[in-house]
Amino acid sequence: MPDARPTVALFVTCLVDLFRPSVGFAAAKLLEQAGCRVVVPSVQTCCGQPAYNSGARADAKAIAAQVIAAFAGFDYVVAPSGSCAGMIRDHYPALFAGDPVLKAKADDLARRTWELVSFLRDERGLTDVGASFPGRVTYHDSCSGLRELGIKAQPRDLLNSVTGLELVEMHDPEACCGFGGTFCIKYPDISVDIVSRKTAAIVATGAGTMLAGDLGCLMNMAGRLRREGSDVKVRHVAEVLAGMTDQPAIGDAD
Amino acid sequence: MQTTALNFKANVTKALGNANLRQSLKRVETNWVSRRAEAAARLPEFEALRDQARDIKNHVLAHLDVYLERFEQNVIANGGQVHWCKTPREARETILALCRTVDAKTATKGKSMIAEEIALNPFLSENGVEPVETDLGEYIIQLADEPPSHIVGPAIHKTKEEVSDLFLEHHRKYGQERRITDDQELVAEARKYLRQRYFDADVGITGANLLVAETGSSVIVTNEGNGDLTQTLPKMHIVLASLEKVVPTLEDAMTILRVLARSATGQEFSVYTTFSTGPRRAADLDGPGEYHVVLLDNGRSSMLGTELQDLLRCIRCGACMNHCPVYQSVGGHAYGWVYPGPIGAALDPHFLGIEEAQHLPNASTFCGRCEEVCPMRIPLPKIMRHWREQAFSSDVTPPLQRIGLGLWAWFAKRPALYRLGARLGIGVLGRLGRGRGSFSSLPLAGGWTKGRDLPAPAGRIFQDLWKARGGDAS
Repeated sequence: MPDARPTVALFVTCLVDLFRPSVGFAAAKLLEQAGCRVVVPSVQTCCGQPAYNSGARADAKAIAAQVIAAFAGFDYVVAPSGSCAGMIRDHYPALFAGDPVLKAKADDLARRTWELVSFLRDERGLTDVGASFPGRVTYHDSCSGLRELGIKAQPRDLLNSVTGLELVEMHDPEACCGFGGTFCIKYPDISVDIVSRKTAAIVATGAGTMLAGDLGCLMNMAGRLRREGSDVKVRHVAEVLAGMTDQPAIGDAD
Repeated sequence: MQTTALNFKANVTKALGNANLRQSLKRVETNWVSRRAEAAARLPEFEALRDQARDIKNHVLAHLDVYLERFEQNVIANGGQVHWCKTPREARETILALCRTVDAKTATKGKSMIAEEIALNPFLSENGVEPVETDLGEYIIQLADEPPSHIVGPAIHKTKEEVSDLFLEHHRKYGQERRITDDQELVAEARKYLRQRYFDADVGITGANLLVAETGSSVIVTNEGNGDLTQTLPKMHIVLASLEKVVPTLEDAMTILRVLARSATGQEFSVYTTFSTGPRRAADLDGPGEYHVVLLDNGRSSMLGTELQDLLRCIRCGACMNHCPVYQSVGGHAYGWVYPGPIGAALDPHFLGIEEAQHLPNASTFCGRCEEVCPMRIPLPKIMRHWREQAFSSDVTPPLQRIGLGLWAWFAKRPALYRLGARLGIGVLGRLGRGRGSFSSLPLAGGWTKGRDLPAPAGRIFQDLWKARGGDAS
């Protein structure tokens, strides 16, 4: 009997692939729970944002063309990152504005591409993830997801379905954490100053756990919290929604 | 103004170490960010007004010649004159020549960023005309001999304590002996000593928030009324404006004014909005004898039809810098030229060249908040990215960055090799990090680990683990 479920190609993102595979498995679990079949195309490295935002347009286009080819034909493409999903949805079509053939393919890919949590909530209609997580958590709105894809209510809706979880808002959750891709190593002093405002806002909530939907931002905030000696745990929102919080939090020892 | 944009990193180090500046910058968020949000929320049609304001400016930019000529015709009809100036030098010399026709000794000035752009004050001083700033913030930084650090609040970088010291130092010559610390008293003190300067001035120079084509009027908004005294008391009023300030009608001007103050300071309207239409007429009780508009291009017309055209919609409200995490950290002086913050990062390279201004469009997290709050919906990150592309394609991007990026991209375009390299590298890092969770220092990662730990990777890449667990990989 043929599989009637829609097929989702997981765009795992370079950071999850390299630094935190558990987020990829959490994403796969949630997607299956939402009635999808999950495939991980092996021709994937990165969405090309580091090149695109460094002004290396030719490299960005080459990497984008590779993603467009590797992810053709699937019902959906889902990434556990607003930043990478935003790159594919908003910026790929712009990159190929002068190339009708690739532009059409980029548009097609853009239409099928989603960030994980908004996909679960808006496209698959998931309202209750059936997970439990005891304690207070606070949620940071990562910039690209928020401003390019309108991700704001979806993670909060789903977090509110987690048994035992109490969501407390930090001051200005929409303020940038200072990661900014290569910005954080090109201008580390500014980046650290920005993330210090963010960690102060996180700590002030009294929450034991901080969540967000983008691993770059999470590593930045976790790294700063560790340096400050804070014991706030940092996790990708997908780990909590999938009920997969057995492994140590980001930056924590085993 | 002399640029220090190329020294951005050194400027940043200085800014981050300046305790007074850090204290002052907190006001940006408390005073402006939250008040703008409240003002926007109070007005249901605010977002629609932003669209209208953007459309007005887009229309003007498509027909700039028509509206500028109409503006000039109406200025002349009102008895004034328009002086077309291509370069800062032409504008400076035009203003000086006008001052000399009335044998001016002093010129009072309302706030004008264009005056900063053309470095008017030092030029007037060198040529025997003393410029007197009358906007409180501009007055403070004139005493301190500093450039503005914000386009709306030029002295936002100064603490009240610093202002108290400055006033005492500079007002001793008027007989002031007491160091004043109360806000209201400080304002009253500036007002007291400025009053006679208004009466003494031969020329009043103001900027313009808008120029209205259908009436030949210039419009300024202020919160102190200083602009009114500057432009009505002296013999001559000189309006210094860049050419993109023109709008077709009074109605259009009102639409833009409705988004301007809300975006800038969260006010519904600035305290004073003043329309100046020509010199004093026979029946007028007050007003200048002469009315001149110095209209500056300085390369703006060459932005039309390019990626930079959207920047000409800017109404200089400052919302982009108020909401910018980088500006909030380092303030305006670090940017090193007239326009700081996101608008400066997008605009300054046009005036300074991308080599001199290379850091400005790069020193952004691309968080997008500037574009989110810009009343004219200018795609600031997109324009900054345009400059990054210019820097990259003209070899301005530093060699080490280019090499690193090139190496990474070479692998990213070869998935099989990339996976092999990732597997090895992450394996090593995973073993090194085992048991500690994160690195406090790591070779070649100093940029990251200087102020934060680097979370250690798990040791195996997801794609390998997925296959090992029998996951579907196409």
